[in-house]
Order: sequence, then C-alpha cells, then structure tokens
Amino acid sequence: MNVKIRTEKLTVRFGNNEALKGVDLDVCKNSITGFMGPAGSGKSTLISLINRMIDFEDGVRIEGGLSIDGEDILGTSVDVVGLRRRVGTVFAVPLPLPRSIFENIAYGPRLKGINKKSDLDDIVEESLKKAVLWSEVCDRLHVSALKLSGGQQQRLCLARTLALRPEIILLDEPCSGLDPISTAKIEEALNELKKDYTIILVSNNTKQIARACDFAAFFYMGTLVEFDQTEKIFTNPRVKQTEDYIQGKFG
Amino acid sequence: MSSKTAVLKERIIKQVLTVFAFSSILFLFLIFAFILVEGLPLFYKAGVNSIIFGMKWAPTKGFFGIFPMIVSSFLVTFGALIIGAPLGLGCAVYLAEYAGKRQKMFLKPALELLAGIPSVVYGFLGVLYIVPFIRNFVGGSGFSLLATSIVLGVMILPTVISISYDALMSVPRSYREGALAMGSTKWQTTWRVVIPSGKSGILASCILGMGRAVGETMAVIMVAGNALKIPGSVLDPLRTLTSNIALELSYASGDHRMGLFSTGVVLLSIIMVLNYFANVVIRRKVIK
Amino acid sequence: MRVNPRFTDALVRHFLNLQAYFTVGLLVVIVFIIFIKGISNCSLSFMLTYPEDMGRHGGIFPAIMGTVFLAALSIVFATPLGLGTAIYLTEYTRESRLTTIIRFGVESLAGIPSIIYGLFGFIFFVIKLGMGWSLLSGALTMTIMILPTIIRTSEEAIKAVPRNLRIVSHSLGATKWETTVKVVLPSAAPGILTGIMLSIGRAVGETAAVIFTMGSSLRLPASLMDSGRTMAVHFYILAREGISMEKAYATALVLVVSILAINILAYYTMNRVIAKYS
Repeated sequence: MNVKIRTEKLTVRFGNNEALKGVDLDVCKNSITGFMGPAGSGKSTLISLINRMIDFEDGVRIEGGLSIDGEDILGTSVDVVGLRRRVGTVFAVPLPLPRSIFENIAYGPRLKGINKKSDLDDIVEESLKKAVLWSEVCDRLHVSALKLSGGQQQRLCLARTLALRPEIILLDEPCSGLDPISTAKIEEALNELKKDYTIILVSNNTKQIARACDFAAFFYMGTLVEFDQTEKIFTNPRVKQTEDYIQGKFG
Repeated sequence: MSSKTAVLKERIIKQVLTVFAFSSILFLFLIFAFILVEGLPLFYKAGVNSIIFGMKWAPTKGFFGIFPMIVSSFLVTFGALIIGAPLGLGCAVYLAEYAGKRQKMFLKPALELLAGIPSVVYGFLGVLYIVPFIRNFVGGSGFSLLATSIVLGVMILPTVISISYDALMSVPRSYREGALAMGSTKWQTTWRVVIPSGKSGILASCILGMGRAVGETMAVIMVAGNALKIPGSVLDPLRTLTSNIALELSYASGDHRMGLFSTGVVLLSIIMVLNYFANVVIRRKVIK
Repeated sequence: MRVNPRFTDALVRHFLNLQAYFTVGLLVVIVFIIFIKGISNCSLSFMLTYPEDMGRHGGIFPAIMGTVFLAALSIVFATPLGLGTAIYLTEYTRESRLTTIIRFGVESLAGIPSIIYGLFGFIFFVIKLGMGWSLLSGALTMTIMILPTIIRTSEEAIKAVPRNLRIVSHSLGATKWETTVKVVLPSAAPGILTGIMLSIGRAVGETAAVIFTMGSSLRLPASLMDSGRTMAVHFYILAREGISMEKAYATALVLVVSILAINILAYYTMNRVIAKYS
C-alpha cells in the first residue's frame, strides 16, 4: 500500500474542546478516501489540518503528527502557501470569486507565475474538461462565474482546484447543496481523477461514500472509529457504532 | 518566485503596513507636541490664571486673557445645540422611523450634502441674509451670538442627523415589533421604546455636534462680529477661541503668536474632553 | 384630558415630516441663492482667465488650479497611508491593545478642528521645516486632515468583503498580500473610492487649514514650494475683505457645484456597493 498522507496520534483542541482525539490514519495514493460521521465528529477539522486552513482559527492546539509523503506539514517552518498549492480544496458551498469563469480557473496558475495566454488557455480547457464542465461553458468563458448554476459553480471550483495541478484534492461535503444530477456529475469527475490524484471526500451522505470511495473512515466525537476498504465497512463493519451509523440509526 | 522570497516579501509588506498604521498616532503626537511646545511656555510666563481667567486680550501689550473667548465658544456651542439638535433629531427620527424606502433614498443623501457645503459659504450667506435680518427685525448690529448660533446650528445638522440616525437604526427590529404588536401607535413605539434604546447614540451625536461647533472657524469669523468681551445678550457680538487664532495668526509674531498657540491649547483641551465624553457614551452602549 | 393617541401619532408624523423637508429646504435654498446670484458672473472665461486687481476683475483660473493641485496632492499622499492603515487593521492584525491605540489616534485626528490643523501646519511645515507658505505645506496638512476619512471608509469597505473569498484565495495558494490585492481590494474598490471622493470634497471646501499653510498668493503655483490659493480661500478673501460680491458669488457657485458633484458621485458609488452586497 502506497501511503500519501499519514496521521499519528493526531489530537486537536479548540480551547477545552477536543475536536480530534489521537487519530491514526493512512490515506492511500491514487484512491478516493471517504470521511463520514455526524456533525462535530472531527472530519472537517482533519481536512483543515491537511491544507493548513486551520491557521485561520483562533486558540487551536495541535499534538501528534501529520505528514505528506513522509514530510511533516504541521511545523512552523512549513511553507504553507506551497503546501496549499499541492493540496487543493473544494468547499461545501460553491465559492466562485467575483470574476469570469476563465479568471477563476486562471487564478491559481497566475499566482504560480504562469501568465502566458496560451498556457492559461490550455490549463483552463484541461481543468474544465476534467471537471466535466467544459461542454457547458466553453462558449462563455468570460462570463461572470456568479452567473452559473449552483452545480456548475461547484464543478467550476473543482476545475479551479485542478488547475493548481495539486497532488491531493480535499472535498469538504462538496455535494451538500446540490441536486442529484449535479452530484452524479461530480462523482463521475472524481472517478476519473483518482488515477492522477489522491482524493479525500468528506460527506454526510453514506450512500455517496459507498458509491464513490475506495476507502472509508468513520469518525465519531473526534475519534476515528473505523477505517477500512469501503466494501468491508459497508458489508461487514467491525464496530457496532459504524453499523448503526451506516444504517441511519443516528447522526 | 521561490517560497523563501515570498515569505520575506510578506514580512516586509507587513512591516510597511505597520508603519503606515502608526502614522496616525505619529501625526496626533506631532500635533499635540507642537501646539503644546508653542503654547505652554506662555502659561508659565504670564500665568495660567491671567490667561484662562484674564478678561483683557491685548497681546502686543502683554495681556493674554482669553476668558471672554472661552465663554463665547461655549455660548455659541450651546446656541448651536439649541437650534440644531431638535431639528437634527427630528430629521433623524423621521428618516429612521417614518420615511418610506423611496423617500429615504432621496432625503438621506440630500441631508448628507449639507455637510459638503464649505463653511465659508455658510458664513457668507450668514453675513448676507441672517445678519441683516437680525439687524432689521430684532435689533443690534446683527453680528451676534444669535446669528452665530443659527449658522452653527445649521452646520452641525449633518453630524447630529447621521449619528443619531445610525443609533436609531441599530435598535433591533424586534423591539419595535414587540411594541407595535401590543397596540402602540408608531409614535408611542418611537417615543417609549426606540428613542430610549438609542439614547446613548443620540447623546453622542449631540456631543460630536458640539465638537463641530466649538471647532468651527471661518463661518464664525464672518458672522460673530469678533468683539473682545463677554456678550451681554444674544444680540451682542463676540469672539470665539477659533476665530481669535484665525484672525491674528497671519501677522502675529513673538509672544503674540505664542498667545494664539495658548488659545489653541485651550481649544484642543476642550475638543479632547468632548471627544472623550462622546467615546464614553458610545462605548457604554456597546458594553450594554 | 386624554388626547387620542392616533391623533398625536398623525400630528407627530406631520411635524417630523415638516422638519425633514425644512432641512432639505435649507440645502435647496443655499444652492439656489448661490446659483441665482452667481450664474450671471460665472462663465467659461471666468474659469479660464487670471484675476486682476486682487480678484475685483477677471477670473479664477489660478484658484481652480490651486484647488486641483492641493486636492490631488493630498489624495496622493493620504491614500497609500490611509488604505495601508485600513489593510493593516482588517487583514494583518487581530483586535488588540495596539489596534485600540491606532483607532484612538484615528478617532482623535477626526475630531480635531481644522483651525488646529492650520496652527500645526503653520508651525510645523511652514516654519520649522522651512517649507514656507507653499503647495507642499498645504497638501501635507490636508493629508493628515483627510486621513481619518480615508481610513474609516476603506476599513468599512474592506470589512464588508465576505470572509469566504479570502478563504478561497488562500486555499488556492495565495499569500495574504496576494489575497488582499487580487481579491479583497477589487471587491472593496467602490467603497474605498467613496472615501477618496469625500476627502477630495473636504480638501476643496477647506479654508482655515489651507490659508495658513498654503498661503493666499494669487499666482498659479509653478512648483511644490510656491504659495497658491484655493477657490475656498479666494472666495473667503473676496467676501471678507469686500473686494467684490459678484466675483464672490461666482466663485462660490463654482466651488459649491464642484463639491456637490463630487459628493453626489461619491454617494452614487457607495450605493452601488450596497446594492452589490445585499
């Protein structure tokens, strides 16, 4: 098994509140790993550690280790900006920048210093195709991104993340506000993308995890309750709590 | 760009912005330092009492009494408040509670434009219309406490209106709805619920309006008559602290100039006290 | 006797309505008087020719240019300072004792009357720094005077930019400065512009702080170190010294119309921002 992200006894506290309690987890390269669990279970906190967006929160204390390709990413000397270019994030609500579709996608590459029109054209086209959005917007790339529908906006955000050419893609409940058709399109895109990327998909929707993920992790109250191949988790969970959650008895 | 230079760039930018942010403090310090350095020595030389409570201002002969000007500054400030505050508060209440959306769209900017009219224009119109009106129909020369109060009363309107309007608007909607639901009329709601809730903001607007009035210069010079004594009635001319400075600064030198800076020290102190009170009043509301 | 509350309500409504329109009426009357009395002496040639005989005859071209120079210079100095302060307060620091001190400084500067600025500019720039009565002394004094307006309006405009936009920008690998320049400032631009325009209006209408720092020379300032006269100062001198009421009204017309235009433009810009975010 080819480990991309590894956590070791990872504990996070917000004040007196423990958001993560000693989590040990290995995320495999070129796979989709699903994080599930009820609200407040710590899955989103883990995501915000991997892209270091947790830096924007106050009063956080972190113990334990978190590494990508064996390199620690929690230290103060870590190049956070560089890290965020390696780890792309798609948020729960579609958040297009108030610019054109083209400029939204070119935003990341431009920051990296890519300014040549032809290079940007290529990146934009490639990213939109991978996010299964190209055919819908190819004739109006310079229209404001805010004019797109919710589902289109979310795929635009995925394309924008892909344009960074990251190694890891984090999706934090990306389909929570979307209709089934848009959700299916996102899942379709993810299935293609796992060949080249390591993907983590956070979702409240256990069915989506079952459909889309190779591995699944169940979190509850900050603890990693169970982590295994999706098939095993959904057919033969080791822990009673996991089974109850999957069957919709709580959460 | 490598990440190391990026980090360095960020650090430099932050340093520069910090310096910028401190420029306001620096300027405030410089203003105080220079006014005090120029103005305080005379307090030692001539004595605090003979300046602040002195009745005679003849700086070239060694008399630096500014008591009449202090009194006059307070008189015009209260005069302005008496004229400006009720009118301003009425406007603010109307805007916040009664005006419809479209009416507001027109009234609010129109009232704010009053703040844009330069003070020299107010003074000019005061001289040409208010002063003769007082002379012809009330009495005296027209250049008077009354004329000054009227002009300043109009000039503080924008301050009073905009700050008390904000105070009224920040009263939660639920207060109004609660009162209206219990069968109060609009005015009962406004008078018994909204205005008491917004009273600290309203008070602050009046204090800041006073700050505006006590600091106003050019309009006052033009309509006040600039006489060097405490006015005996509202029809008498007077000279405020600000006009004293502006009238004589361009030709004063030596102790005379220092006397003007001493006037500035007193003016600055009054302003700081007023601003302090306005701040206390506003902060009390925030804590509550 | 108990008065019917509905009757009181209607009475108060009309009374307050009257007050509001009376106040607006004041503005209308002021503008109307200036317009009627000034228009006959105000022409293009009045604006484009030099004054003669202390302004008794001729036009106000140097005063218009003096106003433009003063306003432009103060904006050029104050915008980076003010915007930088606003960015520092909103993006680069958390609320702390330090920000309280900075805010105190800004608030205090805003409350200081213009004559004190005049005194300070006179003793500091004109005398101590030896700049004399000059465009530069005037502009530096005005810079400090308009700084609080620019800081406050910029800060409010920047605060109104949704936090999510910043999060997204950071998640795409932008540094704080890149986020500020590429995402925050463009969204806040109209609000910042409003502050700048209000400041221009302030510089154009100011007299007390300008007359003691920039002086009142009637010549067109040829360099930063030359004295000059703004329209407001010219108008004050014409009116105060009784040089010419006709010319004073005409100058007032140009002055008031430019300030109203700037303020209306500022208000219009601000409304576009409000429409954008609500």
